[in-house]
Amino acid sequence: MPSLPEPSAELGNDHVPGHGALLGVRRFLTKETVGDHGRTLHQIDSGAWESFYRDRWSYDRVVRSTHGVNCTGSCSWNVFVKDDLITWEHQATDYPTTGPDSPDYEPRGCPRGASFSWYEYSPSRVRHPYVRGSLITMFRAGLARFGDPVAAWADIVEDPRKAAVYKGQRGRGGFVRASWDEVTTMVAAAHVYTTKTYGPDRVVGFSPIPAMSMASFAAGTRYHALLGGTLLSFYDWYADLPIASPQVWGDQTDVPEAADWWNATYLVMWGSNIPVTRTPDAHFLAEARYRGTKVVAVSPDYADNVKFADDWLAPHPGTDGALAMAMGHVVLTEFFANRQVPYFTDYVRSYTDLPFLVTLREREPGVYVADRFLTAADLGEDGPGAEHKTVLLDDASGEPVVPGGSLGFRYGPEGEGRWNLDLGGVVPALGVLGHATGQVAVDLARFDVGETEGGATMRRGVPVTRIGDQLVTGVFDLVLAQYGVRRGDLPGEWPSGYDDAESPHTPAWQERITGVPAALAAKIGREFARNAERSRGRSLIALGAGANQWFHSDMTYRAFIALVTLTGCQGVNGGGWAHYVGQEKARPITGQQHMSFAFDWQRPMRHQASTPFWYLHTDQWRYEKVPADELASPLGRGLLAGMTFADTVAAAQRMGWSPGHPAFDRNPLDLTDEAAAAGVSTAEHIVAELRAGRLKAVADDPDDPANFPRCLTLWRANLLGSSGKGNEFFMKHLLGVDSLASADECGPDERPRDVTWRDEAPTGKLDLLTAIDFRMTNTGLHADVVLPTATWYEKHDISTTDMHPFVHAFSPAVAPPAEVHTDYDAFLSIADKVSELAVIHLGTRRDVLAAPLQHDTPDELATPSGRVRDWKRGECEPVPGVTMPKLVEVERDYTLIGAKMRAVGPLLDKLGTTTRGITVDVTAELEYLRHQNGVVTDGPFAGRPSLSTADRMCEAILALSGTTNGRVAHEGFLQLEKRTGQQFTDLVEGHETDHVTYAATQEAPQPVVTSPEWSGSEKGGRRYSPFTINVERLKPWHTLTGRQHFFVEHDWVAELGEHLPGYRPPLNMARHFGKPGDLADGGVTVRFLTPHAKWSIHSMYHDNELMLALSRGGPVIWMSVEDAAKIGVADNDWVEAVNRNGVIVARAVVSHRMPEGTVFQYHSPERTVNVPKTEKTGRGKGKRGGYHNSMTRLLVKPTHLAGGHAQMTYAFNYYGPIGSQRDEITVIRRRAQEVEY
Amino acid sequence: MRLRAQVAMVMNLDKCIGCHTCSVTCKQTWTNREGTEYVWFNNVETKPGIGYPKHYEDQERWKGGWRLDAKGRLVLRSGGRVKRLSRIFANPDLPTLEDYYEPATFDKDVLVSAPAGLTDTPVKQPRSALTGEPINLEWGANWEDGLGGAHERGATDPNITAMAPDAAARVKFEFEKTFMFHLPRICEHCLNPACVSACPSGAMYKREEDGIVLVDQDRCRGWRMCVTACPYKKVYVNHATGKAEKCTFCFPRVEAGQPTICSETCVGRLRYLGLVFYDEDAVLAAASVQDERELLAAQRKVFLDPHDPETVRLATEAGLPEEWVLAAQASPVWRLISDYQIALPLHPEYRTLPMVWYVPPLSPVLDAVGAAGLDDTDADDVFHTIRDLRIPVEYLAELFTAGDSDAVAGVLMKLAAMRSYMRARTLDGTVAEELCEAVGMSGAEIESMYRLLAIAKYDERY
Repeated sequence: MPSLPEPSAELGNDHVPGHGALLGVRRFLTKETVGDHGRTLHQIDSGAWESFYRDRWSYDRVVRSTHGVNCTGSCSWNVFVKDDLITWEHQATDYPTTGPDSPDYEPRGCPRGASFSWYEYSPSRVRHPYVRGSLITMFRAGLARFGDPVAAWADIVEDPRKAAVYKGQRGRGGFVRASWDEVTTMVAAAHVYTTKTYGPDRVVGFSPIPAMSMASFAAGTRYHALLGGTLLSFYDWYADLPIASPQVWGDQTDVPEAADWWNATYLVMWGSNIPVTRTPDAHFLAEARYRGTKVVAVSPDYADNVKFADDWLAPHPGTDGALAMAMGHVVLTEFFANRQVPYFTDYVRSYTDLPFLVTLREREPGVYVADRFLTAADLGEDGPGAEHKTVLLDDASGEPVVPGGSLGFRYGPEGEGRWNLDLGGVVPALGVLGHATGQVAVDLARFDVGETEGGATMRRGVPVTRIGDQLVTGVFDLVLAQYGVRRGDLPGEWPSGYDDAESPHTPAWQERITGVPAALAAKIGREFARNAERSRGRSLIALGAGANQWFHSDMTYRAFIALVTLTGCQGVNGGGWAHYVGQEKARPITGQQHMSFAFDWQRPMRHQASTPFWYLHTDQWRYEKVPADELASPLGRGLLAGMTFADTVAAAQRMGWSPGHPAFDRNPLDLTDEAAAAGVSTAEHIVAELRAGRLKAVADDPDDPANFPRCLTLWRANLLGSSGKGNEFFMKHLLGVDSLASADECGPDERPRDVTWRDEAPTGKLDLLTAIDFRMTNTGLHADVVLPTATWYEKHDISTTDMHPFVHAFSPAVAPPAEVHTDYDAFLSIADKVSELAVIHLGTRRDVLAAPLQHDTPDELATPSGRVRDWKRGECEPVPGVTMPKLVEVERDYTLIGAKMRAVGPLLDKLGTTTRGITVDVTAELEYLRHQNGVVTDGPFAGRPSLSTADRMCEAILALSGTTNGRVAHEGFLQLEKRTGQQFTDLVEGHETDHVTYAATQEAPQPVVTSPEWSGSEKGGRRYSPFTINVERLKPWHTLTGRQHFFVEHDWVAELGEHLPGYRPPLNMARHFGKPGDLADGGVTVRFLTPHAKWSIHSMYHDNELMLALSRGGPVIWMSVEDAAKIGVADNDWVEAVNRNGVIVARAVVSHRMPEGTVFQYHSPERTVNVPKTEKTGRGKGKRGGYHNSMTRLLVKPTHLAGGHAQMTYAFNYYGPIGSQRDEITVIRRRAQEVEY
Repeated sequence: MRLRAQVAMVMNLDKCIGCHTCSVTCKQTWTNREGTEYVWFNNVETKPGIGYPKHYEDQERWKGGWRLDAKGRLVLRSGGRVKRLSRIFANPDLPTLEDYYEPATFDKDVLVSAPAGLTDTPVKQPRSALTGEPINLEWGANWEDGLGGAHERGATDPNITAMAPDAAARVKFEFEKTFMFHLPRICEHCLNPACVSACPSGAMYKREEDGIVLVDQDRCRGWRMCVTACPYKKVYVNHATGKAEKCTFCFPRVEAGQPTICSETCVGRLRYLGLVFYDEDAVLAAASVQDERELLAAQRKVFLDPHDPETVRLATEAGLPEEWVLAAQASPVWRLISDYQIALPLHPEYRTLPMVWYVPPLSPVLDAVGAAGLDDTDADDVFHTIRDLRIPVEYLAELFTAGDSDAVAGVLMKLAAMRSYMRARTLDGTVAEELCEAVGMSGAEIESMYRLLAIAKYDERY
């Protein structure tokens, strides 16, 4: 270290600048002590002025709350209040500790949440009920004329002239204020009229993500459940659902909490921009690096997370599957074929389907394709479940063995105690090579080449043996063939090495597709596996929407999941997959589901998959240019020949695979009356009518006015400003207003085979759109009625997430202002109005629900081997609950809907609760709730536990769930012990009396209890990681084999060539729809991606002035320097994005961070802020520019409709076509720089 | 020897995720009011970039901080009294609103109040928050976020223009060759604050008890000399009151034993607060060393070891309560600056002796293009050497060490060694002493540094 110069005489005080000059002056002005050297002025007592800042810092109270629904961060915040005004919010720092040797959760939050209080007093706030002036005027006139609100409503909507008036004004201003009483009367009249005339299933509700305000969600869903309305899903609709998860694990999604990243020693961020999209927990990533964790980023752009990575792989967008397959090729070659790692081998034998046997079907002489799992039925067993008991070979004897744990052991008394993964000393053969009687060529699907989306085939070989009359091979053998890893002299064409660029799935092959250097791909794959070997499974892949929201994301994900299962990472703390795309885990799930769906009163409710619903009802199917069999592999048998996606939707619904609500072209309330009148059961009546062709499914003719969804209520949602894929088709067909779409309808030879085509496409299908919100969004602008609701700082509720293991509260920091009511109270008042009007109009009716075959029930046994049988095509009889939906009757006393919402219903006393197949008696909890919540004091439900307020709803949810009530968890585990014969109750030892109350969640975030509702153990303060219970306690996965699946069997899956993990590229939109334009038109054609934003959570905060100040102040499109140069665009220029679906006007953010050929519009700009009109001469014709979903249109992947078999059986938000949007392309062009608003 | 106490901050840029939560919580609490719309006591910049206000680091242009005159004496860069007084009404070295940005607001009421009969949906148009007139948004508080537009302006980043040409040429504004990190900034609460010296009104002062630099709102006459003199441009003019305002180090909270808002709400958990003791008598000499690259060492030497009995004696003599001595001994800031020597001051060449220090970012990501020729023989050798680091060490050196690349490399070596050491510990339970020796630390020191940086419990950060 150099020595300091001694102060010289020259540097004496007199020469110190400032001292002799300004400070000298200052001495005369002030009384403070000036430092001897004169640079500093020390003031000991500052006097009064500092009170200015001290006053700003003062406040009257601090109230704990949080943010949600649209953010899944679930951060606990302190809201500061002064003079009864909310001033600001800071993060809470009192999370329970993770222990002395790992980082804590505090202070979870992000800039968006920190700016929330801006909304409280902002001009965006909705403070009064609003209704379109023309509509309320007509309603008032009708009411005066008829004296009956229902008649008044009928008079408007059944008069095309009147209907056209208010529908045409949607989104075009003209809101007037009206009282709650009047507006809710009108809404209730519309719901009653629709129920009575068209059916309750035409009353539709949508609200996403219960976890982030469960009582608010439950308010509206409970209302719709009691009415018989249709509730739309969100998780599949948002394309957040990783379809591969139910396919592989029989589980919706289960992922590690963020603190478990700390336990990883190799962490790959794959399409997950953690600092931006998982902001509250990103520190665990940064900190794990210091513990020696290697971090890899896979991202097409230099995203914010890349700077934390040791290596960056930048595959072309949508090609992640190819990279993952090549990494799998390396893992299988180096850790299975060339060298065996005992940890890996033991793991895949015990916990995956790799040792199970699959039958082969001869495709052409001597060449085979994989067909289905060999079952006990093939071995001659004919007892219950035989067709669902899968078979493997004992490596010692070479004999077939039927181990416990498969689906055949899950239901019925015979399987009791045997549904577990205990192999009882049998060591399964990994593949049949050691016991082979021969080897055959097999054809496998590949999609990287070929004339259609269905790709081509490749010929490889597997060892085979014969069991009974079946030629079989092992899943392991098929997997090696699929990945191109050859053993011995197996027939077929195999890669010559890693550098073989022609043969799937080598590193060199992927380089051609992804652009990632082959050596780098191989290196990361090798390191990943080697790390897993050294750490026993602590390699983790954090996945994000960048990898997930593609049309073929299920295939991409199966390639990812293969990496973590081959290397024994799944079910290990610090390892496995970590899917962070909508972290919507409602930890107290049992209470949440039973209360939300009114399962305390009746079961089931009308749960509908949104993607097929909107595909049909916004007529996006009318613009389809991709036939369903375009996706079929050459290996398929033509099952989809001649079908469109709309046809596959109709087929899946009529076979009971996928829900179809509304169901029939007749009011279900009338169907029960008709059956009663005819003296037959409703089911018999419906089956007979269907057979006779007198009754049609809604999906068979969605444009029949009898089949329209009539009323739509949105709360906690911005469907038309954020999540509605194909927005411009919603505008035209659902709402009946101008659209920016220019797409052509199907030509005659492109139309559906089965679904009715009507020449005139209906517009304005919806009679009433009700939005309940605290801010005015694009949805609100287009709604007929906007009801003002409480903000997140004005209500009681609870929040949980995947990211942390705590439950914490929303609390009112201030009372809702003006005429604002909470969601909870809003739906109570609508329900009361409906009940009132029902006295005359509805009374008590019997309803019939067409319910799909249901996951985690014996319905999973309906379709052995996933063989498709369509009754409508004469392939079988229509048998409710087997080859068609179950037909379930429910009695509804419409005059008591309001009263039922306020009371816990009696069905819980009788049936208890059931979650994931485990039923718990909740008598004790009901008794507790009678005391905690009080009881209903009068009316028909006197004595029932009260749910009259949102905080009581929170108590009920918490009391009924195992994660928040140790007694319930304990009893659930007892039930599981009976079925499995394994031990579980020790996991909750010491927590049997733990009970998280709502008051406790307001005190501080409360940790949850290990519960059979989920798959991870938190015993002893362990971090949550999924499937640790399965691995450690031998609990089967909820799949056919009970193990994690590489091989997925179902006829439609086979048809698409997707039995095994593989790579399917993005859809070739240019080929299907034509290029939207090119340089010749002054534009550049690019891939259009919508990753999640830094300055908003979806559309929320995008209108917040703090976030606008920190970003570019309005909608932007990020593009590369190269693409910008092609069209002469400089940073911040106005551009237009144009394709057949719509037009966007936005500023360009040009950056070398972006790869050429791809643009981003971050999800989701709010169309209400700084959106100019399109150019008059352009395709938008001078109309208000769209938002990112103006560029999209839905496409339905048929395999996501496949159902009725094992893990491929429907559950709400669990399975269903995803609303993917990443495959889209657009043209970007520079526009005139003068813009008009 | 005159012992003073200073509250100080260290930010670990290697953990900064650039989320701006600090900016928002600070603004919501302190500057969401008329006159301070454009003011961010705390802001976060994307580097490389020109910053807020534009090119503030260019002292040739803005004349902030101190320089040595021909005789080696410390003088304000903004000039002597006569020069400054002569310009008091027309200071050419003062950033204009255009250099910051013109704050925008958006139409208030149009969404609910739009009349019937529109031909299109209503929309909120941007307007100047100052004039209410429609505004064409062309710059903002954080315009360069995520390298937006960086290829157009980034090369004028003063840290790049100051680099040697060969090093500067290695800074690329091309895909797959780019780098980025975030730089959160507050007032530096300097030991040798130029703003205080430049204030003609006696309004600016450095509090004796904790060194926080404040503007007395009663005394400020709005001369704005402080704005010019501050080389970090962290003194702002409230255009409603005409007075200077700045980060107060949240003194009402700090006095109550609470961390500053930006620290407590820092989601990346990268801010450390602590007390340091320094010798006020040594400040001048330290600020006056000839060689800019010696300023770092000089400033470190101004600090007094709180564990040294002599320091404790001086503190007691100075009337500091025992609590303060204990706080200084427990100070994470002292440990990061002086024990581990991984924290560095921002632009020591400004000679203000700033008291907000930074751990430079490691950003180890390998050049994806160069990866084709990588050596992949050993799957257990997972980290790259710091030769491969993406952020040029020379760039960091311009920010933190007046261009001394070796000093920055030394810090990065320690961070890299910590990762490798801990990887061996975590995976195999082995202790790699040779790694410690290479960076001049003991295993115990590395492990305690690791705990402070990685586990970083609340009580250890503040």
